[in-house]
Amino acid sequence: MTTPTDRRAAAPTPVNRRPPDWLRLPRQTLLRHLLLAVVVGLLLFWLSDNVGAFTDLQLSNVAAYAIALAGLTVLTGHNGQLSLGHGAFIAIGAYSTGLILEHTSLPIIVVILAAMGVTAVAGAIVGIAAARLRGPYLAGATLALAVALPSVAIKWSSIFGGEQGITVNPLAPPTSLGLAFPPERWVAWLALLAALIVLVLLANLLRSRVGRSFRAVRDDEIAASLAGVHVARTQVLAFVVSAACAGVAGAFFAFNVQLVAPAGFPLTLSIALVTGIVVGGIGSLVGAVWGGILLVYLNQEATDLAKHFHVSAAAGANGALLAYGVLLIAVMLVFPDGIQGGVRRLVRLVTRQ
Amino acid sequence: MHRFVSFTLDGITNGMIYAAVAMALVLIWRATRIVNFAQGAMAMVTTYVAVSLVDRHVSYWFAFTVALVAGLVLGALVERTLIRPVENKSPLVHIIVTLGLLVALEAGAGLIWGGRFRSFPAPFSIVGLKVGRSQIALSPFDIFTIAAVVVVMVGLLVLFHRTAVGLRMRAAAFEPEVARLLGVRVGRVLTLGWALAALAGSLAGLLVAPKLFLYPNNMDAVLVFGFTAAILGGLDSPVGALVGGLVIGLSLSYVGGYLGSDTESIGAFVILIVVLMVRPGGLFTRVNPRRV
Repeated sequence: MTTPTDRRAAAPTPVNRRPPDWLRLPRQTLLRHLLLAVVVGLLLFWLSDNVGAFTDLQLSNVAAYAIALAGLTVLTGHNGQLSLGHGAFIAIGAYSTGLILEHTSLPIIVVILAAMGVTAVAGAIVGIAAARLRGPYLAGATLALAVALPSVAIKWSSIFGGEQGITVNPLAPPTSLGLAFPPERWVAWLALLAALIVLVLLANLLRSRVGRSFRAVRDDEIAASLAGVHVARTQVLAFVVSAACAGVAGAFFAFNVQLVAPAGFPLTLSIALVTGIVVGGIGSLVGAVWGGILLVYLNQEATDLAKHFHVSAAAGANGALLAYGVLLIAVMLVFPDGIQGGVRRLVRLVTRQ
Repeated sequence: MHRFVSFTLDGITNGMIYAAVAMALVLIWRATRIVNFAQGAMAMVTTYVAVSLVDRHVSYWFAFTVALVAGLVLGALVERTLIRPVENKSPLVHIIVTLGLLVALEAGAGLIWGGRFRSFPAPFSIVGLKVGRSQIALSPFDIFTIAAVVVVMVGLLVLFHRTAVGLRMRAAAFEPEVARLLGVRVGRVLTLGWALAALAGSLAGLLVAPKLFLYPNNMDAVLVFGFTAAILGGLDSPVGALVGGLVIGLSLSYVGGYLGSDTESIGAFVILIVVLMVRPGGLFTRVNPRRV
């Protein structure tokens, strides 16, 4: 979301204040994003190599949330369709992963791509229905999806394992890394790599013609269709893209938790995802990363605080939820650009000095 | 046949509760073009107020009345503090704020009252009446439920269509600028609309609690079903809310009864999607659908 202040501040940048040529990033979008991704990837590789198993697991969770939130950012921030049922897509990705691993011994990359494919198909179906719905109608339909989906797993328990769910065996690191290589680090590597790939792909998509048509539909459907954008097709495509991301995220949730059960995908997961994109900064892919960090560490902080004050884990979970709720309201009332909006403002202040 | 009759009676009773929630949603939608996703959570909080009073050996009816008044106050408070500042912002902002309120209220209730399931008293027997020799699925409490919702609905309709306040409310909802020019204090009227909606929601919370038990999430499903009912009827139509409530109540009762109770939420989702595919604006409104 560009606010009027954004535009005003961007225009009068003096030419001589630009960084020297060797510091400037390449002009081509793909090249620039790839370069950034390689640098960030190397940093993360170094980081994951120097932390313990628990932090690796958290990194992997942040990556999984960031993937899902980036997809939701495309759908909500750029295309204007709010999904309150995105937890359902994560569940579909996670269940696909669990079932494929249970019945086959395919390589891990194939499993993740298959989970992504299944979820993308589900996203297309929901997207076709959603393209006819506006604001509260769409919110209600996706909300009902989030409430309904876990009971599918209970109803057909012979396939989905009912309340107990499906156990997912931990991913074994390749033997070339040595026998003592921690499996958490291996999963973290995979998740971080996946997150980087997803973010680069989405960043390019958003800079392309497709991304512009997403935003055109968000801003004014009638104007967009007059300009030759096929509105419904664009909306379905946005749903497919964001569901595919949720599918990949679901696969990593399955690897991280090593269990896929209905209780893992409550309505609060869907709401947490909305919290993530809103607080991170709606419409910004970097905001999705902030959101992922926030969701993982807010839960962790709440659990730690609960332990510290010797109250039950349930109280800790409620504390985290209370924080989500208050954050959602507070951000909407006083800080609508979220964390990324704040970061941008800060960067602008510093570069102007 | 006996099963069918009892599913039908059950469906009507539940349908009236969904209709009350739907009515609350419709009232707020008409007044402020906002869907209040926190409607169920607000009702849950007022029901906890009632049960706290009952725990102190206060009479049921006093607790009942206090809970309804608490609903009025809570509705007005929410409108004044949270909704007023975002009134002119995008629908996305409205949805996110009410969603935030939903989460905060449920978590807050969990912290204050704990997450365990609590029983909630019913003022009348919840055992089915006897007709001849066989027992039917309609208890005195069910009759009270139906009657209470009907009374509140008729009261709201009379208020809307037969009183000066109602006229102001309708004017403020449909033409706020004109209403303001004519001297209607639109802000106050909107607050009243939210308060009345929360009253209807509180009633639903009180009526559903003896059946579902009381816990912080106990209204989640009720909200989804009530919302489905409101959408079925078209968000703009109070009559639609009643019809939608009954349709959802009966359908879910048959789906749950014949296919197992864990299929109810799937049933609601399927009904919602089917209806929205045919009529994206619900059954009782005229909205131009978007074309695929």
